[in-house]
Amino acid sequence: MTLLEATNLRRHYQVRAGRGPFGAKAVLRAVDGVSLSLKPGRTLGLVGESGCGKSTTGKLALGFIPPTAGTVRYRGTDMPPAGTPAWRALRPRMQMVYQDPLGALDRRLPVGVQIMEPLAIHGAKSPAKQRDRAAGVMAAVGLQMHQFDRYPHELSGGQRQRVVLARALMTEPDLLVCDEPISALDVSIQAQVVNLLLDLQDQMGIAYLFISHDLKVVRQVSHEVAVMYLGRIVEQGEAEDLFARPLHPYTRALVSAIPVLGPRRERLLLQGDPPNPVDVPSGCAFHTRCPFATAACRAEAPALRTLPDGRQVACHRVEEPALQVAA
Amino acid sequence: MIAPLVEVTGLTVDFERDGRSSRAVDGVDLAIAPGEALGLVGESGSGKSVTWLAALGLLPARARVRGSVRIDKQQLIGAAPKVLEGVRGKRIAMIFQDPSSCLNPVHRIGWQLVEALKLHRGLDGAAAESATLRLLDQVGIADAKRRLGDYPHQLSGGLNQRVMIAMALAGEPDLLIADEPTTALDATIQAQILALLASIRRDTGMALVLISHDLGVVAENVNRVAVMYAGRLVEEAMGQDLFGAARHPYTQGLLAALPTLTGPRRRLAAIPGTVPEPGKAPLGCAFAPRCPLAEPRCQSEPPPVRHVGLMHRAACHLQIDIGVSAWSLPRAAE
Repeated sequence: MTLLEATNLRRHYQVRAGRGPFGAKAVLRAVDGVSLSLKPGRTLGLVGESGCGKSTTGKLALGFIPPTAGTVRYRGTDMPPAGTPAWRALRPRMQMVYQDPLGALDRRLPVGVQIMEPLAIHGAKSPAKQRDRAAGVMAAVGLQMHQFDRYPHELSGGQRQRVVLARALMTEPDLLVCDEPISALDVSIQAQVVNLLLDLQDQMGIAYLFISHDLKVVRQVSHEVAVMYLGRIVEQGEAEDLFARPLHPYTRALVSAIPVLGPRRERLLLQGDPPNPVDVPSGCAFHTRCPFATAACRAEAPALRTLPDGRQVACHRVEEPALQVAA
Repeated sequence: MIAPLVEVTGLTVDFERDGRSSRAVDGVDLAIAPGEALGLVGESGSGKSVTWLAALGLLPARARVRGSVRIDKQQLIGAAPKVLEGVRGKRIAMIFQDPSSCLNPVHRIGWQLVEALKLHRGLDGAAAESATLRLLDQVGIADAKRRLGDYPHQLSGGLNQRVMIAMALAGEPDLLIADEPTTALDATIQAQILALLASIRRDTGMALVLISHDLGVVAENVNRVAVMYAGRLVEEAMGQDLFGAARHPYTQGLLAALPTLTGPRRRLAAIPGTVPEPGKAPLGCAFAPRCPLAEPRCQSEPPPVRHVGLMHRAACHLQIDIGVSAWSLPRAAE
C-alpha cells in the first residue's frame, strides 16, 4: 500500500526575465514532471543543488502549494484542494520540518505551548490531555519536562530542532517532510538528530520525505534516493547502491564532488554553474555541463526509465560502454 | 621545522559586554610555515574565525586581545594601524563565507579589483586594468573583459567567490585565510573553488589557512589540521594522523559522528550534550562535560598540551593510546 503517490507534478511560476518589472514574461519551471511514491515507514531522500526544485516538490507533496499540473494521492485518494475542510482533516497526518528551527518557532511563546498547539487545533481540546501527550513526545525526542516552560532562545540549536520535531509528532503523523532538517546544526549535534529521526521511524513507523543537499546524511537516513536537477528527477535508486554506483553523469559529478576523509577519489569536475531555471537548456537540461553530451542530448529530453536492475535514470547514453569506461 | 611564516602564541580574546566578559579564544598556539596548508576545524563558536580576525586587528573595540601574533618577527597584536594596513591584504589576505555580502553591491567588480590593486600594489590606469584581467584569468573567470563591467548581483555565488579570491590575490599575499570559503556554495561549485585554491597554491607557493566545519573539505585540501573546541586548541596533527589516529576524545567523537558516502551504514556515534555557551566554558577541560572518560581532574584543571607523536599535539589529561577510541572504551555511555 502506497502512502503518498505524486504523479507528473509540475509547478511553474510566471516571472519577469531580465531586470525590473519591465522584463519580458517568462516561465520558471521550478518542478517539471516529478513523480514519486512513498510507502509507510520508509524514507525517500531528495537531493540536488540549490534551485533544483527539491523544496518545492516537498511543498507540493503536502499540498501547501497547488501544482500547475499533476496529482498527489494520499492513501489512494486525491489530495483535496488546499484550505478546504477535507484538506484540513488531512493536516494532522502529514507534517513539515524546516531547516531553521528558530524561524519555525514563535520567540514569544514557551516551547511547551507551541508543542501542544497542533493538538489544540486538530485533536483533544482538554489542556490536561494536551499536556500529557506533550510530555510523551518530549520524552520521545529527548527533551526534559523542565524545558516545557523555556523560550526558544533559551535552548540550543539541537534542542530547538527537537522542539520542532516534538510539535510535528503531536498529531501522530504518518508522513514527515523534512526540508534540510539538520543543515543548520553543528556536526556533533547533527548526528544526535539523525539518530533521533531513525529511532522515531523505528518506533512510530513514520515515513519521511527527506530533502537535503548533504549526500552523506541523505545516504544515512534514506531507503531510496532521488536526485533532482533543474526541476526533474534524473536518477533514483536504492540509497547505498546509488551512491556506490551512480549512473547519471550528474549524479556521478555530484557524488564525486563530495569531499571525504578517506583516500582521494577521481573527481568528475563540472564546468560552469547550473543554468538559470528560467532559461532551461533544450533537450537534456544537463547537456551544457555534461562531459558526455552529444547532438541527441541537445535535441531531445531523456525520459526517466527503469533499467533491468531497478535503477531509474534519465540519460540517453547511460547504457553505452563509452560512459562505463569513462567512469 | 623551517622558520614559521606566522606564529600565534598564547592568543586570548575576551569580549566585554555589559560589564561581563566572555572568552572566545583561550590561549591558542599555532604556527604556519611558508607555503603550508593548515586546516582549522571546529563547531560554531569554537573561536576558529575569531582567532584570525584578532590576528589582523579586525575585531570591534569591545574585544580584548592578548598574546602574540607574529609574521616574520613583526608583532601584530597592538600594532599601529599603519603596520596593520601593510599586512592586511599584502601579507595576509582573508576571504569569507558569503562573497556577495563582502563585495560592494553598488560598484562594478572591475572597479573593486582596481581599488585593491591600487591599494596593495600602487597600480593605476592601464597597468591596473591588465593586472585585473590577469587576476580574473588566474581565478578561472572566462570572458574576463566583459565581466569587469558586471555588478556582484549579476554573478552567481561561485563566480562571486572567484572574484573575492581574485581580490585577495591582488596584494600577492604570503598567507590566505579562507574562512568557510565554500560553505554557501553547492557541492559541484565547491569542488571547483577548492580545485582553484589548490592550483593557485601550486603556482604561487602561498600558504593557506582553511577554516571549515566540514572535515571532508579539510581532509582533502590541507597538510596539517588543528581542531578547536570552545576557544581552545584541543588537537593538532598532520592530516593523515589526525583523521587516522586522533588522540583527543573530541576529535575522535567528531569523526565518529560523521556519516560516510561508502561502506555499510552504521549508527552514528553522536557526542551527547552541547557545546558550552561562550563565556561559560568549564574551569577545567572545556570538553569534560561531554567526554565519556572525564575524571575529576578534568573538571578542575585545564589539560596541558602534550606531544603525543611526531608533530602531533593533544590537550587531554588522559593519554589515550594510539588506535584506542574514547567512545568505544567500557565507560563510554551514549
